[in-house]
Amino acid sequence: MATVFAAYAWLVPVLPLAAFALLTAFGRSLRTTGAWVAITASLGSLVLALLIAGERLAGAEDYSQSFDWLVFGTATLSIGIDVTNLTTLMMVIVTVVGFLVNVYSYGYMRDDERMTVFYAYVSLFLASMLGLVLADNLLMLYIFWELVGVCSFLLIGFWYYKPEARDAAKKAFIVTRVGDLGLLIAVLLLFWYMPGHALDFSSINNVFGNDGGTISAGVTTLIALLIFLGAVGKSGQFPLHVWLPDAMEGPTPISALIHAATMVAAGVFLVARTFVIFEASPAAMATVAAIGAFTAIFAATIALAQNDIKRVLAYSTVSQLGYMMLGLGVGSIVAGMFHLFTHAFFKALLFLAAGSVIHAVHTQDIREMGGLAGRMKTTAWTFGIGALALAGIPPLAGFWSKDAILAAALEQNPLLFVVGAVTAFLTALYMSRLFYMVFAGKPKDGSHAHESPAVMTVPLVVLAVLSVIAGFVETPWYGWFGEWLTGESAHHAGYLAMIVATAAGLLGLYLGWLIWQKGTIDGKALAARMPGLVRVLERKYYIDEFYDLVFVRSLRRLGHALRRFDAVVVDGVVWLAAATAQAVGRLNTRMQSGQLQGYLLAALFSVVILVLAVAGRRLW
Amino acid sequence: MTLLGSYLTLAAVLFCLGLYGVLTKRNAIVVLLSLELMLNAVNLNLVAFAKYGMIPSLTGHIFTLFTISVAAAEAAVGVAILIVFYRRRVTVNVDEFDELRR
Repeated sequence: MATVFAAYAWLVPVLPLAAFALLTAFGRSLRTTGAWVAITASLGSLVLALLIAGERLAGAEDYSQSFDWLVFGTATLSIGIDVTNLTTLMMVIVTVVGFLVNVYSYGYMRDDERMTVFYAYVSLFLASMLGLVLADNLLMLYIFWELVGVCSFLLIGFWYYKPEARDAAKKAFIVTRVGDLGLLIAVLLLFWYMPGHALDFSSINNVFGNDGGTISAGVTTLIALLIFLGAVGKSGQFPLHVWLPDAMEGPTPISALIHAATMVAAGVFLVARTFVIFEASPAAMATVAAIGAFTAIFAATIALAQNDIKRVLAYSTVSQLGYMMLGLGVGSIVAGMFHLFTHAFFKALLFLAAGSVIHAVHTQDIREMGGLAGRMKTTAWTFGIGALALAGIPPLAGFWSKDAILAAALEQNPLLFVVGAVTAFLTALYMSRLFYMVFAGKPKDGSHAHESPAVMTVPLVVLAVLSVIAGFVETPWYGWFGEWLTGESAHHAGYLAMIVATAAGLLGLYLGWLIWQKGTIDGKALAARMPGLVRVLERKYYIDEFYDLVFVRSLRRLGHALRRFDAVVVDGVVWLAAATAQAVGRLNTRMQSGQLQGYLLAALFSVVILVLAVAGRRLW
Repeated sequence: MTLLGSYLTLAAVLFCLGLYGVLTKRNAIVVLLSLELMLNAVNLNLVAFAKYGMIPSLTGHIFTLFTISVAAAEAAVGVAILIVFYRRRVTVNVDEFDELRR
């Protein structure tokens, strides 16, 4: 099959970029027209992405296109696009969620003064994210990687008049920078060690596919770990996860698009894209699996004790990203990417539904919500579907992808499997808590909640449908997705993983139902019996406090010391130079008094000195 | 030779008196007078050298006559400037003459 549409793949990121340029140029004079420009551009990208995907499903060849960007010495930096099954999958995810979020935002941001600015940022984000996905070499990927970081920063701090939003934006930017630095060093190391300084993915595949070629095992491990550090920063994995929950200060559609479905998944995508490097280093693989598993269970426990609807979902995102990393770490690229694929839909759905709730009740505290199911039927239904999908209840999408990861983990390491199963149980528990506290029970007094407009609910319905059906592309009996993605069918460990996952999910839901709906188990009494644990969970294991104490304070102290050095020493030297010149000038001004007698006196003294000098020289 | 010395000493004393007046007096007229004193000290030197110098000649005397006439012209111009100045500023105080500064 010929590649017809793939040749136009470069248009996919360029369309939103054009929308961004248009919106920035014409600014506020556009208002609602601006929104339509952005929506149309994302629709164009979506259609093109789907056409390319259709072509690839029919079995088209991989397509790539690149041209030289910089040539220096023997090295060449190129810029280009790569259309493979992996990038096409990501492209479809990004454009689908991007388009739906664009539509949804039209309702959510309607009352905002700076709606066109918002759409401009979102368009820029989509362009950079698609550029990241399509990039055919690591350097280009890194550039777009930074660009999505900038967009994330801009959009978290979109409501910059809120101090929390400003702080969250700065925190997100600074924390992810730590990871980005790792990725940058990895790119530089690759540039140094790769034959011919090639950075494109096909060369990387060739070199590392053949046992690392000339590159030693130690360097390979180092590069893999540094790349993973970048992924840890972007995907909110354990040591660097702190920015993601705070990022929920941004508008909710942004949380859905950037901080749930696409940008945070970029880390997972990066590991999948450079998977050969990881495969060449068992130590790096083990690290990925361990960090992923730990993050999954760690974030899930925190989500259990949060009271902000978006924060619960944010920790859930961190946990699910850990799941994806776990899937990759145990060697199954299919499982990781499959979970990324399904998670994008149901987590975006959950966030958008949460946004619909927030839009209606004007609070994010779930303790102040309740009984919304009666008034917001569509939102409640779609949220419920999303929650079930996330909890891994068959036959929804989350079940199949989670099962794939658990099955892969079981083959590799039973401990990882147990951690994954416990996480699945916790996930179901906190999702049922969230659902019952928000939608069930009696409505709180004085709430005038009402269903959101169709422009917001239709994307919810579309995502709900996707959350139901997306899982069927890869089941234990039908491994089509895996074959399409990697060319070999994924292995499944039979029914054990499936039964355990289902049981864990159902148990979590049942327990949640008992505690928060039926009241058989008194949740408050349970919490009162272990106050220490509850407090630790509510304070998120004191990680923020720890970082504040260790890094923020010491760095700030260093900053203060440096500032004092600057003020005293550097400024002092400059001040001294200026003061000297000034003093000389002042002396000269005083001499230029305009008084004739003064001049004469000066002349007299000069003559006397001259005479003395001449006479003195003669005497000697 | 001693005679020349005493003339020169007298001229030096006169010059220093004139210089002192020029440098310290506030009244512009007195400054001009002191200036004349300095000029005359110079004249005295010229005449003394012409009479008792190594090669006595008339040149010194002639030169002195020129100096006296030029000094007279100079004094006239100086006083004229002073009068114009007085009309504008109503003062002959040298301290207040700071036009050079502007």
